[in-house]
Amino acid sequence: MDEENTLLELNNVSTAFKIEGQYYNAVSHVDLKVKKDEILAIVGESGCGKSTLATTVVGLHDMKTTKISGEAFFEGQDLLKMSDSQLNDVRGAKIGMIFQDPLSALNPLKKIEDQISEVLDYHTKMSTEEKHNRALQLLEQVGIDEPKRTARQFPHELSGGMRQRVIIAIAIACKPDLIIADEPTTALDVTIQAQILDVLRDIQKENHAGIILITHDLGVVAETADEVAVMYAGEVVECGTTEQVFGDPRHPYTRSLLRSMPQGDMDVLNDDLYVIQGSVPSIEKMPQAGDKFAPRIPWIPASAHEKEPTMHEISAGHEVRCTCYKDFYFKSLEVKDV
Amino acid sequence: MSLIEIRDLTVHYPIRSGFWNRVTDVVRAVDGISFDIEAGETYGLVGESGSGKSTTGKSVVGLEQITSGLIKYNGVDITKKSTRKKHNYNQNVQMIFQDSLSSLNPRKRVLDIIAEPLRNFQKLSAEDEKIRVLQLLETVGLSPDSLYKYPHQFSGGQRQRIGIARAVATNPQLIVADEPVSALDLSVQAQVLNFMKKIQREFGISYLFISHDLGVVRHMCQNIAIMNKGRLVEVGTREDIYDDPLHIYTKRLLAAIPEVDVSKRDERMENRLKIEKVYQEKAKQYYDEDGLAYPLVQVSPTHFAALPQDKLAELTGQKRRDT
Amino acid sequence: MWKTILRRILIMIPEIILLSILVFLLAKAMPGDPFTGSINPRSSAAQIQHLKELNGLYDPWYQQYWNWIVHLFHGDLGQSYQYHEAVSNLIGERAINTLWLSAFTMVLTYLIALPLGLYAGKHEGKLPDTVIRVYTYVTYCIPFFVILVIGLWIFGYVLNWFPTTGSVAPTAKGLGMLSSRFFHILLPGLLGALFGTVNIVQYMRSEVIDAKRSDYVRTARSKGVPEKDIYRHHIFRNSLLPIAAFGGYSITGLLNGSIFTETIFSYPGMGMLFIDSINYRDYTVITALVLLFGVMNLLGTLLSDIILGIVDPRIRIE
Repeated sequence: MDEENTLLELNNVSTAFKIEGQYYNAVSHVDLKVKKDEILAIVGESGCGKSTLATTVVGLHDMKTTKISGEAFFEGQDLLKMSDSQLNDVRGAKIGMIFQDPLSALNPLKKIEDQISEVLDYHTKMSTEEKHNRALQLLEQVGIDEPKRTARQFPHELSGGMRQRVIIAIAIACKPDLIIADEPTTALDVTIQAQILDVLRDIQKENHAGIILITHDLGVVAETADEVAVMYAGEVVECGTTEQVFGDPRHPYTRSLLRSMPQGDMDVLNDDLYVIQGSVPSIEKMPQAGDKFAPRIPWIPASAHEKEPTMHEISAGHEVRCTCYKDFYFKSLEVKDV
Repeated sequence: MSLIEIRDLTVHYPIRSGFWNRVTDVVRAVDGISFDIEAGETYGLVGESGSGKSTTGKSVVGLEQITSGLIKYNGVDITKKSTRKKHNYNQNVQMIFQDSLSSLNPRKRVLDIIAEPLRNFQKLSAEDEKIRVLQLLETVGLSPDSLYKYPHQFSGGQRQRIGIARAVATNPQLIVADEPVSALDLSVQAQVLNFMKKIQREFGISYLFISHDLGVVRHMCQNIAIMNKGRLVEVGTREDIYDDPLHIYTKRLLAAIPEVDVSKRDERMENRLKIEKVYQEKAKQYYDEDGLAYPLVQVSPTHFAALPQDKLAELTGQKRRDT
Repeated sequence: MWKTILRRILIMIPEIILLSILVFLLAKAMPGDPFTGSINPRSSAAQIQHLKELNGLYDPWYQQYWNWIVHLFHGDLGQSYQYHEAVSNLIGERAINTLWLSAFTMVLTYLIALPLGLYAGKHEGKLPDTVIRVYTYVTYCIPFFVILVIGLWIFGYVLNWFPTTGSVAPTAKGLGMLSSRFFHILLPGLLGALFGTVNIVQYMRSEVIDAKRSDYVRTARSKGVPEKDIYRHHIFRNSLLPIAAFGGYSITGLLNGSIFTETIFSYPGMGMLFIDSINYRDYTVITALVLLFGVMNLLGTLLSDIILGIVDPRIRIE
């Protein structure tokens, strides 16, 4: 039953970028499953590879400077082995994409309606009339009050929230089975963010789509996602249902991140936040073997880490990378770092 | 006497239109706001994009031409440039910006960046200046070899700390921090916020902390003002605002903050949709005919809200019934 | 939109007045006067004095300026004493020649530059891009008149493919005249275009590269739009925009260029007239031409703004 609902299955996906003649992994050996009717959140800080993973899946990389390996089965076909023209049949039709910055993601010189109907041009046989009606219907579906007026406008005439709704309308125009939303609310105010997330959830329910929600915002994940994958340094370090990961976080990184969030009941003058030691290494300086998070928890003895960390199942569906979670404890709050 | 008193601060930008390009209307970026910042406290100014919170911050530092109103510093009106100079205002009030990369000159070394305010306001010898900059680097937790590096050689969090070092160089009494951590990752944000608090403890600095992030504001600020369309809609202590929000705008803003507690997810969502519904139906009652907030009225010694008369009567009636 | 254009034109009026005053005063400051050389050498000093008074040369400058403006508005730009012909007629005749040459150069420039820029941008970093960039750098380094002289020497004199002077063969008639005219502007037009493409190729190339990496192109890719359509509907169109706006300014460049081209090719247009007039101190013609060039520059700028206002919805003027 589980297999039937799987929309996208990533097996051992790695993506390496060429920097000064050498390839470095931005995403390493990721295994993930996205199911129908489900929101999978991929969460992590900048540079963890979450966006790269998304663009890898839909083949938006310049293959001259990128090396991709592994498998990404989507409806029985491996996306990573598809030709450009095969991918063009999938993108926009079966996989819809939503990007972070809604202003730059829309062509400044085209009217909203034209940008929506463009996706219909390539994937449907609708007449001009039908496309027009479909565009208006989509605008209404994403919560735009005056679809007719908005359809005739240019991107710069809309507010940030409106633009993001338009982007969503484009992404869902062909009722895709899978929607990949890369930081869809980062540039928006919280109230608008809440509305956009509602729209996404409604659409998912209506279309029975699967959604990959990529974000750095733990709050957004906790409020929206069904499943969570936490990424650090190109790897998935913990995954499971939202309840499992947020209710019972196991990996030192997940625990540290949650702990570094501002808490309301702290003293405004004296209480400090938890700080993770060190910083995320740049892609060229990333350790290639062993536990990549180990340098940031140096008080945990090396023997606690696996040589080649693998995922360990804690309970059904809840997995954690490396065995060090068993021995992890927080060192007392310390502010110093250089 | 408060360190900073802001009275009826107004900043209007002209809109020009028509054939002769005459001023036909104004954008009311800031429209008559008043609040006080006490010495040694962090005052939170919260609002969404376009609320006028950044304009307010820039006005306080003197980077904005104010249309009317007063800004008093230790009781002295410093809205005029000459008085600012006389009272060393520009030395005592500094600013930290959101985008640390674009607010630091990419062609200058860290030494020159941090020493710039020192050169403007204090005459130090080259040797003393260097010692002072090294002290500042230590305060914000950067190594001495940063001295001769350029901004792009640092990470976002480190750059923000360089910005803080520059701001504290002249031992200011107030730092206006405009979205200081909103471009940073969670773990880096924690570092920067801790440094801001540490400096406050050590030097008794006050902050005007401008942010859209209510989680961060709650962590940092004892007193908070909520800004909406150029006006203040609610002012109070942290407890007033978070535990007993009165204005519909504040309620809606609070309800929209996502939280990490998964167990209360459905409950919160329900609450948010309920408030959203009220907002859609009754928001008009909370604003005057121009769509702007009403003047603030006092509801408790510390708590002010921009409530219309009938809402206020409703509220006091409720309070009376409660007690 | 019309309001804005009208306002812009109104703003141009004081600019033109200022320019005309400047031109007038400069002409006044130049040595000699319109009678120098055109008066019967046997005239007595008193007669000359009388003639000058009659023509208002002793009036205060603003009086003279006013007279000049009034005449200007009647289409009377004065007499060229070198050609003994009304300046307006003289310029009118030459202006048509310059117009032909400039229009041809411009069309040719864009026909060559746009595909080259697009191609270079599309294949950024590859061999054709490098070749195109080397071409633009080399051409950019050679002064325009050197290109003209070398071109004229090789194709005109050595290979003898093109005529080297004039705007039309004196014997041509009817359709033959038209083709002869075209034949005469072919070489100067080509060489002008060769030089003019440089900026536009570079401009277009960088616009294409920017567009290629833009988020809206990524959006188009994620819609499943094939690569060739992405170039056609998104990249090419959006890159063209600043270049279309650049069109108005390039009029200025063409007028400046015509001074070189026409002089070296002895092509009877405004540019050659300008140089000739300077050589012969034909002040009436010089002032008229400087004023005309100035007005054309202003119009070019206006045209650029209008084009941009039409093609770019972001700065569409109401």
